[in-house]
Amino acid sequence: MNVELLVNQLVIGITIGSYLALIALGYTMVYGILELINFAHGDIFAFGFLFSLTVLQFLNLEYPLSVPQIISILGPVMVLTMLAAGLLNVFIDRVAYRPLRNAPRLAPLITAVGASFALENLFAIWKGPSQIFYPPYVPRVDILREWLGIDTIIGFSTTDLMLLIVTIPLMILLSVFVRRTKLGKAMRATAQDREAAAMMGINVERVIMSTFFIGGALAGAAGMVFGLYLNTGRYLMGFEAGLMAFTAAVLGGIGNIAGAVLGGYFIGIFKALSDLYLPSEWTRAVVFAILVLVLVFRPAGLLGQATQEKV
Amino acid sequence: MNSRKRLSLLSLLSLFIVLMALAACGGGQSGEESTGESGGEQAATTEGKVVRVYTSWPLQGPMLPEGQSMKRAADLALKHYLDANGGKGPGGYTVEIVNLDDASPTTGSWDGTIEAENAQKCVNDPLCMVYFATYNSGAAKVSIPITNKAGIAQITPANTYPGLTKPWAEGEPDIYYPAGNRPTYFRTNATDDLQGYSAASWAKCLGFKKVYILDDRQLYGKGVADAFEQQAKKVGLEIVGRDGVESTDIDFRALLAKVKDAQPDLVYGGFVIDSGGPQIIQQMATLGLFDQGVKFMGPDGLVNPALAEQAGGAQVVDGNVLLTFPGLAPNLLETESGKKFFNDFIAEYGEEPSPWSTYAYQAMQVILDSIERAAAGGEVTRATVLDAMRNTKDFEGITGVFSFDENGDTTLVQMASYSVENGEFKFEGAISPEMADSCP
Repeated sequence: MNVELLVNQLVIGITIGSYLALIALGYTMVYGILELINFAHGDIFAFGFLFSLTVLQFLNLEYPLSVPQIISILGPVMVLTMLAAGLLNVFIDRVAYRPLRNAPRLAPLITAVGASFALENLFAIWKGPSQIFYPPYVPRVDILREWLGIDTIIGFSTTDLMLLIVTIPLMILLSVFVRRTKLGKAMRATAQDREAAAMMGINVERVIMSTFFIGGALAGAAGMVFGLYLNTGRYLMGFEAGLMAFTAAVLGGIGNIAGAVLGGYFIGIFKALSDLYLPSEWTRAVVFAILVLVLVFRPAGLLGQATQEKV
Repeated sequence: MNSRKRLSLLSLLSLFIVLMALAACGGGQSGEESTGESGGEQAATTEGKVVRVYTSWPLQGPMLPEGQSMKRAADLALKHYLDANGGKGPGGYTVEIVNLDDASPTTGSWDGTIEAENAQKCVNDPLCMVYFATYNSGAAKVSIPITNKAGIAQITPANTYPGLTKPWAEGEPDIYYPAGNRPTYFRTNATDDLQGYSAASWAKCLGFKKVYILDDRQLYGKGVADAFEQQAKKVGLEIVGRDGVESTDIDFRALLAKVKDAQPDLVYGGFVIDSGGPQIIQQMATLGLFDQGVKFMGPDGLVNPALAEQAGGAQVVDGNVLLTFPGLAPNLLETESGKKFFNDFIAEYGEEPSPWSTYAYQAMQVILDSIERAAAGGEVTRATVLDAMRNTKDFEGITGVFSFDENGDTTLVQMASYSVENGEFKFEGAISPEMADSCP
């Protein structure tokens, strides 16, 4: 067994896990509050990719960018992307879910699928149905070999670093937000019992709106980082990513924020290891088999107790 | 809300999403049975001398540019025919082309159920004389049995999977022809077995030694990769690994790290443009495989004008990507009619025809010629058109002169090789399975 290769796959798994976790958070937050699977959420991720690409193309930059440019240009573009993706998610809630707030649970589920299809086809019109190239604005330098001079097959480059630098603080920020702020408290209260929260004077609709906004913004950020990182995508990318992120959210215990992050990394690493040790056509089967096993033995997911406590 | 209820809803949702995933990656293997008992002796003469040709290939999703171009090529072939005959259709018949789309709006790729419906539409329309389909070989597996039972001639603009017409996998090709009565299905292009064999021989001649083979696990991609593997073993290339990928995935780094570790000097990828090929190339570049001198070789599914752009620009593909094509690209046609096709296409539509447009045009030529000969023999029915198509002999198509053999395959086999220069495909000469015996 080749240890370096194993470590290399772990690094790849962690990077995959980082963006999956960021998407999974949106699934889990919305589920926590509305018990609704927002199927359009994966497409918000694709929206973040397409929107940021459109803005960057509009700016007509020479790539790769220098470090000051990365901070002064990509930073604001990311904020803008998060804002746009958040607003889009709020808009989807407004037109597709809110009118059905008190309808049977299956109804918003169907409109969620509808919203997802509508977005996917809009994307196909927007940027065309083919694979889309996302220019490598962030220069890719192999840190271990070129900066540290270590001769290894483990690949850890500046783009890997960027992915971690963006995603991990966002996750920490979210967790602090939910735990420490007033709105976060309102969210937790609404998740526990929507009616009781409303009776205590919490503006439930506002809480729901904020949840969609934050979830969407995170997915939008994930989409942009993904583009900068992998330099490729397509209009249907939200489906695959959404599928894996949803699985991650369920695996970690849906409704549980720490669980979504854990599930994301879990799946990312399993995907990478499965690609290494099994024929890669088995990767999806492995991921879903793990999901089935976890749900059989721990129906509430890995960190499921937290969910059960609050019900 | 009690927790039991929530959990059961959750498992329901999980089941739902897994099913959606299966539906998306399964690509629809539905083998819908033909219900048409018509047998196909309807004479079309009674209804104002109109006959119809139904086409069926993807007209949305990533395949749209190719599908659109093939549709235009078919229209152009009809226009050229009418121009050459003073506006009169074959045998005095008005030929109408009905364009159907066999792609699913959900996945953007071909779908077996839709393809079966399309073939059935042709069967149910007494004026439909020829079913002109499909692009994807997998879709042809669904429609060939339907047209075969109905006794309708089917001709493809692009299918290259060998088993559709000749012995390949178990039971092929007879399983596609439930009514016997072969051939009812025709193609004017060469097949993947020859393409894969030629590619492996070409790789040998280029001096490659160790190959890693990838494919998209679809009928076409896996088929051509299988043929490549067979021939590679025969000519003495070492196969250091073989993997199939999930074509909707876009992050292949984990797999490519494994490929890199196997240290091949060539990666052969059985892909089409919308099944992950460009991403594999782009991520081979980012993971540094090209920097190490590894090359990528692929089949005609990647010979698409958009390849360079999608894989990350000319600097990625230039000198790193090699491609094969079982036929001649539109700009390489040497016949007079071929040059006319190429120039008129650009004049009419303002862009170059896509690679398979050559064969869409040529298949349409064959269709019109068959209707003409059927009309000359008396009446135009499904049976007489089918018979005329079978008897296509020394036909002057835009790729050259050919006949159909007893399997419905063309007798004219042309195989081209390409490299990429400035993001454009550069013709590297003709290749063949036998070339490894005496490399040029």
